[in-house]
Parts: sequence; structure tokens; C-alpha cells
Amino acid sequence: MTPRQQAPRLSLTVGPVLYYWPRNSLVAFYADIADSPADTVVLGEVVCSRRHEMKPDDWLDLARDLRSAGKEVVLASQALLESEAELRATRRLAAQDDFLVEAGDASALRALAGRPFVLGPHINIYSHPALREYAQLGAVRWVAPVELSLESLALINPPGALAVETECFGFGRLPLAFSARCFTARHYRLSKDECAFRCIEHPDGLLLSSTEGEPFLALNGIQSLSAAQHCLLGDGPALRAAGVTRLRLSPCAQGFGQVLDCFDRVLNRGEPLAPALETLDALALPGGLVNGYAHRRPGLEWSQRTDHAEAAL
Amino acid sequence: MPEQAPLRDTERAPRKPQLVCPAGSLRALTLAVDAGADAVYLGLKDATNARNFAGLNFDLGQAREGIAHAHARGAHVLMALNTFADAREPERWWRAVDHAAALGADALICADVAVLAYAHRKHPQLRLHLSVQASATTYEAIEFYRERYAIQRAVLPRVLTLSQVGHLLRHSSVEIEVFGFGSLCVMVEGRCALSSYATGQSPNTAGVCSPASAVRWEEGPQGVDARLNGVLIDVYAPHEPRGYPTLCKGRFEVEGRRDYAIEEPTSLNTLAVLPELMRLGVAAIKIEGRQRSPAYVEQVTRVWRAAIDHCASQPGRFSVRPEWTATLGRFAEGQQHTLGAYDRPWR
Repeated sequence: MTPRQQAPRLSLTVGPVLYYWPRNSLVAFYADIADSPADTVVLGEVVCSRRHEMKPDDWLDLARDLRSAGKEVVLASQALLESEAELRATRRLAAQDDFLVEAGDASALRALAGRPFVLGPHINIYSHPALREYAQLGAVRWVAPVELSLESLALINPPGALAVETECFGFGRLPLAFSARCFTARHYRLSKDECAFRCIEHPDGLLLSSTEGEPFLALNGIQSLSAAQHCLLGDGPALRAAGVTRLRLSPCAQGFGQVLDCFDRVLNRGEPLAPALETLDALALPGGLVNGYAHRRPGLEWSQRTDHAEAAL
Repeated sequence: MPEQAPLRDTERAPRKPQLVCPAGSLRALTLAVDAGADAVYLGLKDATNARNFAGLNFDLGQAREGIAHAHARGAHVLMALNTFADAREPERWWRAVDHAAALGADALICADVAVLAYAHRKHPQLRLHLSVQASATTYEAIEFYRERYAIQRAVLPRVLTLSQVGHLLRHSSVEIEVFGFGSLCVMVEGRCALSSYATGQSPNTAGVCSPASAVRWEEGPQGVDARLNGVLIDVYAPHEPRGYPTLCKGRFEVEGRRDYAIEEPTSLNTLAVLPELMRLGVAAIKIEGRQRSPAYVEQVTRVWRAAIDHCASQPGRFSVRPEWTATLGRFAEGQQHTLGAYDRPWR
């Protein structure tokens, strides 16, 4: 047995679908997830409450199906709330106790206080005392803000210090910002209230490039993401050393099954990195791969030094 | 745990809001106070505040002097400690809290629960204001911070419409502060990592956005290129006025169209809705711009002082005076104004 095969399993979490996908696409996507190596699935609309292909009860039905298929299911609350209706939806999520809830913001925290819950990636936790505050409230898992380095993760949640699991954003377009403005509607010269749901035409967001044609960001309604795929496939040892026990893989419209397989093969079954990286690099999305944040670098940078770390093992 | 009930709808009395002005330097503080600011806000010279720019902010001696000047004239001083304590050195933030208390600051403006918890525990007499960087956009979120850290005021992110601000105010038991004027951050404050994506430094991590150290100006084939750590943020024609290359206010290509895809360089100006803000019971109006010149601070403070006083004395007859608009226009980014999210077109 090689040392890498003895390493504890890095659980794989399928993050919420950040884009507006037609109902049939979502149903087909989650049918595939049910048969995938994913350990946990996060369900729900976290970006825009106007999106209505799935109703709250539809998500709950899906949650039960996935649980029957052996997956842990987490229901996520919306990240940016503005209206009473959005608050009601958050309270409804918090009122059910069939499934763990992932808090998108402090509005959800008030409703979840005193019971186990997950801290979503947009709750700002940048130090150990901050995480301790939320642990006292009942947090059992935190998804680290994407801009933090693995070095910071290890300081914020030193293994064994708190009964909180660390989940790290491991793959996909990085959710970088939220706005009052809907950029998709703005691009089509539509108002936010009458957006015609144009984001359904862009299952991986709307690509934004620099004037010289370099892919930079992806616009997804009120959300801005990186154009590039954040990818920590080569960082298994560093992730484990930082106390990370779960990796979040953020869905893309094509090839996500391959993504899950690649991460499971390399991180949990000791298969080689290079061919898996080639597979991910060949996915249809523009923008290439980045991993800068993990190494305390600008997020858009890519470093292969993890390959050397692997070679040294 | 049972579901928590929504807060009761309560009627707020109209009130004359405090005018809260930026002080990036002792000179700016003095001018703001003398021009009629009810309160000024300032930060220390390090990453503990969200405007961590070279040449800005206060050392302890200057802070002491500034607070003495303000207090002698009946104005309050609010200390911005609104970045997130760095995991490598959170003690720096606790020290800043202790300094603020020792200096006699009238309130701390904080976003980080770790900083709020420390301040609440160590200095229970010190007023706590929830910074806009905490991204609290609902009364439930604000209530979370009030219940746990006894915040007495919350600054709202610039994402809500007027009617949403009103709804929040009716359900909130703390004072509410809104932005009145200044550079418009189109993203929800505290929820934006675009700057660290491009440069490694962001408002949350370092108190900076699109830091100057990452900016490069280069002669390119179509004019002058503005780059942020290599990313082409904008290209200016030879005689075109050049803005600072803030990431979200650059020109980019989306589906073959080059445009300000995220936001134009423009300023927020809410003078036109001042009577409405006062009717809703807003406790304070904040002017943005600690990075701006003392002249900006003085002139903008004078305009808003006059407007608030005028509106408070004759709420039914308030109208925006052309000279106010002209003065504010001179200091607006790109000489453009917007009501931002307060206005329907954004919806």
C-alpha cells in the first residue's frame, strides 16, 4: 500500500448549481450524481430568487431521492437576501430538520442558532476566534471563503481545536462577488424585474473577457465568477495537512461526471495526477485552470509546484 | 429549536439624521467637523480598516488630536475597524479595539464577529456599529448581530431599494445608517473577492480594492492600456480621460460587445431622496471618501449639512438646489451621478 492510499478519504461535496438550468437538465444532472462517487450534495437556489424552474418542494423531493441513493444532502439558503419573501424562504429551510442547512448569510444564522448547521462560503470567517463564534452557535462545518490560502485554513481551524469540519472550494468557477445589479439583464438592456430569465441561456454564465480577448470573469445574474476553473486536484497532501476533510466541486454544465471521477481517482484512490489534469484542462469551458488562492497568490494564478510536492512523496 | 418569529412591524418617527463624514487625514477631519459634520469616521494606518492606502489614515497621536478637535466642537468620532482579523495576527485587531477605547472614540465600526466579540467583551461601554462590510441586508441579519454583540447601529450595503430600506427600518430595532454620496461600490460590500482574484489583495483581506501597487499604465496599439496585475482593465484612446483602473469599472467584452459590463465610473448621490430617507427614520447618512482630498470632504460636507438642515426645517418643501448638485458634480467620479440601487432602473 502506498502512503497516499492510507490517507483518510477527502469527502467530495457537489456544491449548489450556481446557474439557472432548465428543470430537465437539473433532474438529469442529479440522476447522474446519484450514481457518482460524490459523498455530499448541496441543493437549492443560492443566487437569485426569481429563478423558478424548481419550487421548494421540488428541491425537497430531490433531496429525499439523493438521500435514498446514499448521499448526504445539505440544503443551502440564498446568499444575498433583499426581500421579505426571501426571508420567508430562509425561515422555511431553517424550520425543517430532515436535512442539514447551509447558511448563506447572517439572516439564516439567526434562524439556525442552536441547531447543527453548515456555514456557507460567503460568510466571512478569516480567523480562529471568528470560527469559534460560529461554532458556539452550532456550526458543525464551514466552507472557507474562496480567497483564503490553505495556510490560513490551517490557522483558522487547527485539526482537533473545534468540532467543526473544514470544507474547501476545490473545483469550478470561483463565486467571487454579489451585486444589487443583475449583470445578465444589464447586458441585454433589460431591467432586473423584467429580466426575461435570460440567464437560462448561459448554463455556465456569460463570459467576460478583457479587450485583448483574455477570458477573465463569468457573469451569472447578480453573481460574478472567475472565468477559469479553480482546481485543487494536485493539492491533496497540502489540503490534508491544512485539516481539510471535504472538497467542494462546483457544477459545470458539461463533463462534471468526469470532474468527480478525476478527483476521486487522484485524491482517494492514488491514481496519477497528470492524466486527470489533462482531462480537466480539456473540458469545454474557457479560462483554463487556476489555484492561486490556495497558495496565498492572486486567485487567477496557476502553479504546478504541487506536481513537485507529489513527486517528493 | 423552533423557528424564530419575524420581528414586529414598528413605526419609526421621522428624524433628522446625523451627517457622518469621511476623515482620511487630520486635515480632512478638521475641515469636516468645521463644515458641520455631526460625526466623522477614521481608521488607523494599517490593514485593520477598509481604506488601507498609502498616505492615508491616522497614527495614534493624530487620532488623539482629531478626537480632541471633534469633541471640542460637539462632533462624534467613529473608528473604522472594518476588515476581517487576519488568521496570522488577529491580535493586531484587538489592539486597535483597545486603542479606540483608550482614545475615547464614540463608536467602533466593525464587520468581523471576532472583532465584535472582543470589543463587546472587553469594552462593553463602547458603542458598536455594524460596518457595511458585514453585508447585513435584512433585519434578521442585523438582529443576529444585535442579539449577540449588542450593536447599536447598522450601515446598510448599497443594494436595497428605498422601499426595501423602509421595510428593513420598520422591522429593525437598531439605528440604521445609509450611504448618501460617494464612489459607488456596485458589489455587496464584504462579499467581493474580485480584487484578490486579480491581485491577491482584497477589501476583506487587506482593506484595499484594486491596489495601486498592482496598476501598470502602458502604451498599447490602441492607446494607453491600464493593467491590474497583468489583466487589461481598460484601454484609453489618446485623448480620452483616464479613470483609476478599479476592476469592476473597467471596459470588457461580453458576446463581442466592449462596454462597462459591470459598472460605469459613477458616483452615488441620494440628495433627491433625502426627504424620503428622513421620513423612513434613517439615523445617519454616510458620505464615502476617506481616500478623497480634504477639499472634497469640506465641500461635500457643506452641501449635505445645508441639505439636511433645510429638509429638517421644511420637509414638505425640500428641493435639491442647483448649486448643491453642481458642487457634488465636481467631486463625482466621471462627473456622473446615480441613485444606484435606490432607484427603479436597477430593478
